[in-house]
Amino acid sequence: MKLRNTIEKLMNGLFFLCGMVSIAMVALITIYMIISGLPAIVEIGPLNFFFGTEWASTASDPRYGILPFILASVYGTLGACLIGVPVGLMTAIFLSKIANKRTAGVVRTAVELLSGIPSVVYGLVGAIILVPLIMNLFSLKNGTCLLAAILVLAVMILPSIISVSETALSAVPKEYEEGSLALGATEMETYFKVSLPAAKSGVAAGIVLGIGRAVGEAMAVMMVAGNVANMPSLFSSVTFLTTAIAKEMSYSSGLQRRALYSIGLVLFLFIMLINTVMGRLLKKGDDDKK
Amino acid sequence: MKKVIALLMSLALAFSLVACGSSNSSSGSDDTSDAQSQSSTEEGTEDAGTEEEENNTEEEASGTEDSTEDAGTADLSGTVSTNGSTSMEKVMSILIEAFEEEYPNVTVTYDATGSGAGITAATEGSADIGLASRNLKDEETGLTAYVVAIDGIAVIINPENTVEDLSLEQIAGLFNGTITNWSEVGGEDMEVAVIGREAGSGTRDGFESVVGVEDACVYDQELTSTGSVITAVAQNQYAIGYASLSEAAADDSVKVISVDGIEATEDTVKDGSYAIQRNFNMVVNDSATLSDAAQAFLDFCLSADVADYISQADAIQP
Repeated sequence: MKLRNTIEKLMNGLFFLCGMVSIAMVALITIYMIISGLPAIVEIGPLNFFFGTEWASTASDPRYGILPFILASVYGTLGACLIGVPVGLMTAIFLSKIANKRTAGVVRTAVELLSGIPSVVYGLVGAIILVPLIMNLFSLKNGTCLLAAILVLAVMILPSIISVSETALSAVPKEYEEGSLALGATEMETYFKVSLPAAKSGVAAGIVLGIGRAVGEAMAVMMVAGNVANMPSLFSSVTFLTTAIAKEMSYSSGLQRRALYSIGLVLFLFIMLINTVMGRLLKKGDDDKK
Repeated sequence: MKKVIALLMSLALAFSLVACGSSNSSSGSDDTSDAQSQSSTEEGTEDAGTEEEENNTEEEASGTEDSTEDAGTADLSGTVSTNGSTSMEKVMSILIEAFEEEYPNVTVTYDATGSGAGITAATEGSADIGLASRNLKDEETGLTAYVVAIDGIAVIINPENTVEDLSLEQIAGLFNGTITNWSEVGGEDMEVAVIGREAGSGTRDGFESVVGVEDACVYDQELTSTGSVITAVAQNQYAIGYASLSEAAADDSVKVISVDGIEATEDTVKDGSYAIQRNFNMVVNDSATLSDAAQAFLDFCLSADVADYISQADAIQP
């Protein structure tokens, strides 16, 4: 009896320790990012850093303005959502309401596969097929641009939007839809005006998850966006926050390196913000159900 | 699920690292023997191969092999500090690895600080050997520079492009955006897409400083490796780019253009007639005596045996 108690206590402690590991990691990373990212922002000056439009980290007169990166990340993510959200939502509605079991199974498998494809493969396909296509289609001299990044990201965020939204849509009580249909609404009216609003917090969580993926993606973007620190426009070569770090880290030194950590801190804050928003949305969804 | 994947991936990473380590060391020793056998065969063919001579070179080769295993090299110990050019990182890391394999008790350190800082370090004696990817200026006296390697940079265009030759000024114009159409330099009427490397890259630094377009290039793409620059140029008929000569010349998917009428080859780089090149120098203070270990490292880097290592680092031995 005594032994059993000791084992219980021991196991309790072990589980507690495991739980602490992730907390410790988050705390460690947060503290590390702040310690290594803040000094360069202070040294460069927050105004120059956040609102400077020029990034020339190795010039004899270096300039460290990350506004082009921030805007490129924001535009790229918004663009990806503009394409990815409607497609994703409609796929989710199709899967949970319209499709028969067999078709839904096939589509669902495809979506799961899509989410399993490594980002470098997305980048490779984008660089080899999409970039020349954009170049020829719009008769540009150079195909690596914001548009290419947006298209690749739009496909990459589809799986998160589809799977989370589908779960939310399937959880809508059948009575709602049956009631709507009984009142004479068509199927489409029911899905868009009853099911979708009822599942809105779950759908929103899916979209935010997709945004998180788009903001944090580096590899695929790096291969199709051209990586020049231009102020973003649809057909110009752009650098995202993520690619700014990835492309210069290997040879960087001194203030340049510290500035890259600062970009990391900014990116970290972006992701934190997105996660907080998602946490709120999910919580709201739970409250709604109660 | 994600955690399981993450765990698996970290395991795979650890395994691949281990694998890399062992394969590197083995390939390193392979290369030395390769280099020796190559040099002996080359000399053999040049001298129309009288048997005696061939035997001689073989004996020499085996002689050096013996000496690598000899206790003599293991006796030498100490630390050699080198400091300077970031562009020389690739050459230095390969040379240091090879040297430390041969002299296991010597540690060579390398601080990537920049050519100017490297020359200052050699002048002030804070480093045994300064590293500079440019030649010494006239006012930098009291120093001797030894050329370890020459970095040849090829200007590459798409094979569909009809341009064959450009002057340095034309190249500068194409890269800094003053020339925006290929017809201005004798090509077809089409726009120019400029493809280069990321800030901090040694190739970019070398190209821009030799051509005189530092911080003035208007790029359409900044890529992070020689290979991706070559791929991007091969895919885009409007493109112009630069890449280390050894890799660009070996790739048929792009066209290496001649500069001021001189073709970019290993020979024209060696004799100095090809313009876009720079020296990788080891700078030593004349008034200081080098430690035995530092002298051994310098001799090692300047010896003909390391030609293979230097070409591994995409440079050319002078």
